[in-house]
Amino acid sequence: MSITAVVKKNTYFDSVSLMAISTKANSLDEVKQAFVAMGTEMNKGVLGNLGLLTPELEAAGNGDLMVVVEAREGAGADEVLARVEELLQRKASATGEATITHRTIAAAAQDNPAANLAVIAVNGAYAGREVRKALENDLHVLLFSDNVPVEEEVALKELAHEKGLLMMGPDCGTAIINNVALCFGNAVRPGSVGVVAASGTGAQEVSVRIHALGAGVSQLIGTGGRDLSEQVGGIMMIDGIRAFAADPATSVIVLVSKPPAPSVEKKVLAEIATAGKPVVVYFVGGSEEAVVAAGGHFASGSQDAALQAVRLGVNPDAAVEPLDTRRIDEVAALFKPEQRFVRGLFCGGTLCDESMYAMLESGDDVWSNIQKDPGRRLTADSPSTGHTFLDFGDDDFTNGRPHPMIDPSLRLARLVEEAKDPEVAAVVMDFVLGFGAHEDPVGVTLPAIEQAKGIAAEAGRHLEIVGYVLGTDLDTPAPADQIAALQAAGVTVTRSSTETGQFARALARKVKHA
Amino acid sequence: MSNRITSLFESDLDVVNVGLAMFDEDIAAQGAKVTTLDWTPPGGGKPEILAALDALEVPEVAARIGEANALAVERIADSQPMLTGFGRAIDVVPGMTPTTILHAGPPITWDRMAGAMKGAVTGALVFEGLAADLEGAAALAASGEITFSPCHEHDCVGSMAGVTSASMYMHIVHNETYGNTAYTNLSEQMAKILRMGANDESVIERLVWMRDVLGPMLKEAMEIGGPVDLRLLLSQALHMGDECHNRNIAGTLLLLQALAPSLLQTGFTTEQKKEVFDFIASSDYFSGPTWLAMAKAAMDAAHGIEGSTIVTTMARNGVEFGVRVSGLGGNQWFTGPAQKVVGPMFAGYKPEDSGLDIGDSAISETYGFGGFAMATAPAIVALVGGTVQEAIGFTRQMGEITTAQNPNVTIPMLDFQGIPTGIDVRKVLATGILPVINTAIAHKEAGIGMIGAGITHPPVEAFEKAAKALADSLI
Repeated sequence: MSITAVVKKNTYFDSVSLMAISTKANSLDEVKQAFVAMGTEMNKGVLGNLGLLTPELEAAGNGDLMVVVEAREGAGADEVLARVEELLQRKASATGEATITHRTIAAAAQDNPAANLAVIAVNGAYAGREVRKALENDLHVLLFSDNVPVEEEVALKELAHEKGLLMMGPDCGTAIINNVALCFGNAVRPGSVGVVAASGTGAQEVSVRIHALGAGVSQLIGTGGRDLSEQVGGIMMIDGIRAFAADPATSVIVLVSKPPAPSVEKKVLAEIATAGKPVVVYFVGGSEEAVVAAGGHFASGSQDAALQAVRLGVNPDAAVEPLDTRRIDEVAALFKPEQRFVRGLFCGGTLCDESMYAMLESGDDVWSNIQKDPGRRLTADSPSTGHTFLDFGDDDFTNGRPHPMIDPSLRLARLVEEAKDPEVAAVVMDFVLGFGAHEDPVGVTLPAIEQAKGIAAEAGRHLEIVGYVLGTDLDTPAPADQIAALQAAGVTVTRSSTETGQFARALARKVKHA
Repeated sequence: MSNRITSLFESDLDVVNVGLAMFDEDIAAQGAKVTTLDWTPPGGGKPEILAALDALEVPEVAARIGEANALAVERIADSQPMLTGFGRAIDVVPGMTPTTILHAGPPITWDRMAGAMKGAVTGALVFEGLAADLEGAAALAASGEITFSPCHEHDCVGSMAGVTSASMYMHIVHNETYGNTAYTNLSEQMAKILRMGANDESVIERLVWMRDVLGPMLKEAMEIGGPVDLRLLLSQALHMGDECHNRNIAGTLLLLQALAPSLLQTGFTTEQKKEVFDFIASSDYFSGPTWLAMAKAAMDAAHGIEGSTIVTTMARNGVEFGVRVSGLGGNQWFTGPAQKVVGPMFAGYKPEDSGLDIGDSAISETYGFGGFAMATAPAIVALVGGTVQEAIGFTRQMGEITTAQNPNVTIPMLDFQGIPTGIDVRKVLATGILPVINTAIAHKEAGIGMIGAGITHPPVEAFEKAAKALADSLI
């Protein structure tokens, strides 16, 4: 037995520290048993019972530290003592922070009275509860979660409305508040255009177009995709319009939505009369007549919405270049006769909607997972047929996985599938940049683009791939670099969501009549 | 109506971010202030617990709970427990009989008891002369002739095994404000003691001396000196660096200071008085039980308030951890398995030697000291990881699951913030933060005693069951 005992005279450690040190010493590899304690009668008694009480230890007093170690086979006594000595050295604290990370919204809000908005992105099953907590603590809310029951959304928005708070979302998680983009959003310059949008990428697109026209956004309120449904009744869009009406920094208001419920559309349009500011309305597939009758400015598309808003509120001379159809004429000649269809693979729901409506205007049948016509509705598992436009951000595709703006895998696989279909002339895709989005959406898609083009080429076909990059020059990565990479891969790049739809429609027409 | 929206537009954005960490970076990169929560699904994501929490948060229900909880914490904070005397359990404890053994924690039968509790029970039976030896005592305990009952159901608390028999001397603590009384045993000091499961001759001898000398002398001293304000002493001890559960050095000195003159005036011999003073000096723990009875007197005053979700009891018997809730009153226990205690061990013992969490001493944390007041006891931060900042963090975190701060018991380190008071069943489940309990570690086998100290937590099941019962009772 190799036992070493040392008495350190006049060295005091409190008993709790010594217990902690003993425990650590006993866990050292070299140590069979260690005993580190003050030389009290009680401790000496314990050593006596263990048969370890040497005369030296017996002489130790209350103020002396006893270190007794039994080393394992092969470990030197000095070495072991040195290790135990190390444990006795007090180390300066490594952690300087006594602040705690809050677990609940209530605690965080109470600790920081300046907090004014909660971004909530938890599983839909828990989201309602968290939103309620935020509202009860007088926080505005951006609810990023999806799969929130609509009844819950109504109850939460009613509560928010009562309290005069914003409850943005669920779905379509986007907002720009005080020039800070929240969740999915772009770096847009500050300005005087107020945007209220019941669509996520629709809002992003309009804000990016406003920026491209040299203007900026005062606030962007994303109301959530269902706000203009019959059940929700436009609670947040109406509150948003009223807030902008009262906001001196806003000169013009833009409303954006996927097709709203007719009764709600009427209610929302009725707000225009009292807004006291020009209101531009872009409801995908909406009617000009109703908007004009309500005193609003009808926009035929997202590009038009941005353009009209900028003209009305910022710069009357703003303009956009028309679609360049030369490319369509060029590629149409390359297709085989059976290549008659366009396939749209979108991350952005409103971008998909806008292109799909452009196609529908031409009278063509379009199949989609977001089709209103149940006869032409597809699911995530359905194969494409005819003109097919898919929104990969729809619940059907996202169930259990991240949004395609973050995780592109499903869309990449689909692109390769489409390339194998001999009836496909063109695939249309969007690439959304900005906060919350994939750090290099083009880069991650390029291999699939190459593969798709290769498959078509092998079968002797030209596959036209059309890409639109949504982003501002302030975004990371820079849209210019993304566009250059697409063009280098032989992708035709469009300049807006609207132009993407126009291009798809013109191409479809061209191949139909070819 | 849109005033709040307008004022948002005019303020600096200050975001609370819940769920996705990536939004934290995005928002911060744009120069706005953002606080990201350490969020976990409330109720552990269990649908039935969420449903119970939701039921308890319906505005009308929540309003009732709010009022009841405010009353409960008022009663805790306003309670003024006074040490009024000492007496034998058989003479003072309600429902005590010569063959009753009180024990820590929720109800338990002999066959299911942990090693330390069995050791204490057999030792107590020998001490009472009900059995000749430990073997006989074990047979007697199993015979059905002994009544086992939780201390808590007799206005008592018992440290560690909590084993209390008829002739043991008890603290008598009277709640001056609300009129109720609480009792607890005397400290046996040392490590090899009955409450830790030890039961050899030295243990029994000490109990006999406590019964024949210490107890009667304390009793006489109280008769001479009159009541002692325990809340005042507790709050002074907290200012002196005790958390009054695992560190009692200041509290013991304060209590001794209060008792010494009267002890000297008793009719015992000088030798006996010296024995008592030596005994008190032999361990800092002497006042430990005193604070438990103090807390018990206050918590009982807050028990049985209809609609309250405040926890009034946390107690362990070495097998199960039991919780009682004010709004559910009486002796309804909500239990889950007793947990391991993690912390430094005495030399020669390993974690696998440890018995599971045991004792009524978690009444300390239920009141708001002990683990809840770690911030005031920098000397023992080794228990909670090693740094003073961590200790402060513990106290601040307990603020997230409690209802109020007790203005009468404060922590200098936190700018004299009151101790976190009134554990709310709803908050525990909503945050996933379990109360932190400072405690001792008894050996898992009978007959050995204390082998370490550390921290532990209740099992979440106890709170889940309580939440469901609360939801049922309030809808």
